[in-house]
Amino acid sequence: MKSYVRRYPNTWWLNKSSYFFFMVREFTSIFVAGYCVFLVYFIYKLSQGPDAYYALIEALKSPLSIALHVIVFIFAVYHSITWFKLTPKIMILRIGEEQIPSFLISGANFFAWVVVSAILAWIISVV
Amino acid sequence: MGGRVRYPGLDNLGGIRMSKSNEPIWWSLFAAGGVVSAIFIPIFIVITGLILPSSLTGEEAFAFERIHEAAAHPIVRLLVFCLIVFPLFTFAHRFRSILADVGLMKIRPVISVFCYGFAIFGTIITAVVLWNLS
Amino acid sequence: MTERTMELEVLRYRPEQDQKPSFQTYVIPFKQEWVVLDAINYIKDNIDGSLSYRWSCRMGVCGSCGMMVNGIPKLTCAAFLKDYYPAKVRVEPLNGFPIQRDLVIVMDDFITKLEEIKPWIIRKEGEEKSLEEGEYLQTPAELAAYKQYSMCINCMLCYAACPVYCIDNSFIGPAAIALAQRYNMDSRDQGREIRQEVIASNEGVWECTFVGECSRVCPKNVDPAAAIQRGKVSGTIDYFKSVIIPWGGRRK
Repeated sequence: MKSYVRRYPNTWWLNKSSYFFFMVREFTSIFVAGYCVFLVYFIYKLSQGPDAYYALIEALKSPLSIALHVIVFIFAVYHSITWFKLTPKIMILRIGEEQIPSFLISGANFFAWVVVSAILAWIISVV
Repeated sequence: MGGRVRYPGLDNLGGIRMSKSNEPIWWSLFAAGGVVSAIFIPIFIVITGLILPSSLTGEEAFAFERIHEAAAHPIVRLLVFCLIVFPLFTFAHRFRSILADVGLMKIRPVISVFCYGFAIFGTIITAVVLWNLS
Repeated sequence: MTERTMELEVLRYRPEQDQKPSFQTYVIPFKQEWVVLDAINYIKDNIDGSLSYRWSCRMGVCGSCGMMVNGIPKLTCAAFLKDYYPAKVRVEPLNGFPIQRDLVIVMDDFITKLEEIKPWIIRKEGEEKSLEEGEYLQTPAELAAYKQYSMCINCMLCYAACPVYCIDNSFIGPAAIALAQRYNMDSRDQGREIRQEVIASNEGVWECTFVGECSRVCPKNVDPAAAIQRGKVSGTIDYFKSVIIPWGGRRK
């Protein structure tokens, strides 16, 4: 007897919130990569001498630049948060029978994130 | 020491899927990029988007000579290379999945070439730009 | 006092007469303690005896009654009507599998995949214990290492939830990989390398994009998503070991 194969819709990720936020998480990679391309551009301008560099600094003060940074920042932070929440699933650490709770592993990652960010901000701004 | 370990009664090692996958390479790069971008990218966005343009820490902090000298240091260049390049592979890996999952699964090998090709191209450009910074 | 009622919209497909599936709506009594399976049984017993579906234990241990309830893969014996009342409940066969008849799916692909990962204790040649030597002993810690993955009841909800499997049936799938890990992590087993041929192939762990929905719908908290990610890590370690140490150096 002929069985029926239903077509799976290409819009499957719109049907459920967990699917949708999965897609958002994957999309963050586009914004993060876009920012990395900008960093290459920054280094390039830096290598072109003071005039090029200061011109870029001026451009960074524009509202468009600020707005883009805010958008990219939101996606980058969403990536960070979801990444740290997923990390415990990849590495399951055991002591005897007990498993180290996920929140400790995630928490350690979040803590490292905050500390490293603070140190970097301090180094670049002050040192 | 050569020779495979013998498992009694299991000489046929599941003939269907003997193709060894090279995915671990791309997955390792993806994972490295995920970690690097998760920890370091947000603060850099704050730096170039807020601290730098607003001169929050004074004009001297971002003077050309200071930044140029710091960035040109070999170790800093290596770190910046890692910061930029690995997330490109995270993008390649994830974008390939996105395209496959929205209906382009059949041409996934073609998509792979474009995505990883872009990441490799970006790696080369980054290396060149960093090399010329001195 | 009039009895409260509810509507169930059920997918019907009769291959001998239908070209494609359609929906049929039934009005069933609403009882506080009823689950969707009770409602379907009521339909079969009182309204429409032609409805076909799988079920058995009605208590969440056999894995037979998996269906899509309002688009979410569930065990119908665990989906309470009161959580949906008074809205209409839509019942469909599990996503990702061909429909045999009404709510019955063709599960051959799933069974094949379970067999492919060799779900039994594999011992190396010469290392099998004879009966006189007694059992393979295992500490509680060694049991804890794989116990969660042994809880799978093969209900296939994870396959219905996995977009990768639904899009591309060549993916080995969450339950099969979790079962493989159940044996890989069993201290009595020595067959990890054999299973790697299947698990570490392109259709194995590498198709997974960690949507995580499989673990969300699993009624037994097996967490197949974690099993798959750990498979990616071990697969990667194996790969680099074989590249760096091509002449040997095998794990376990």
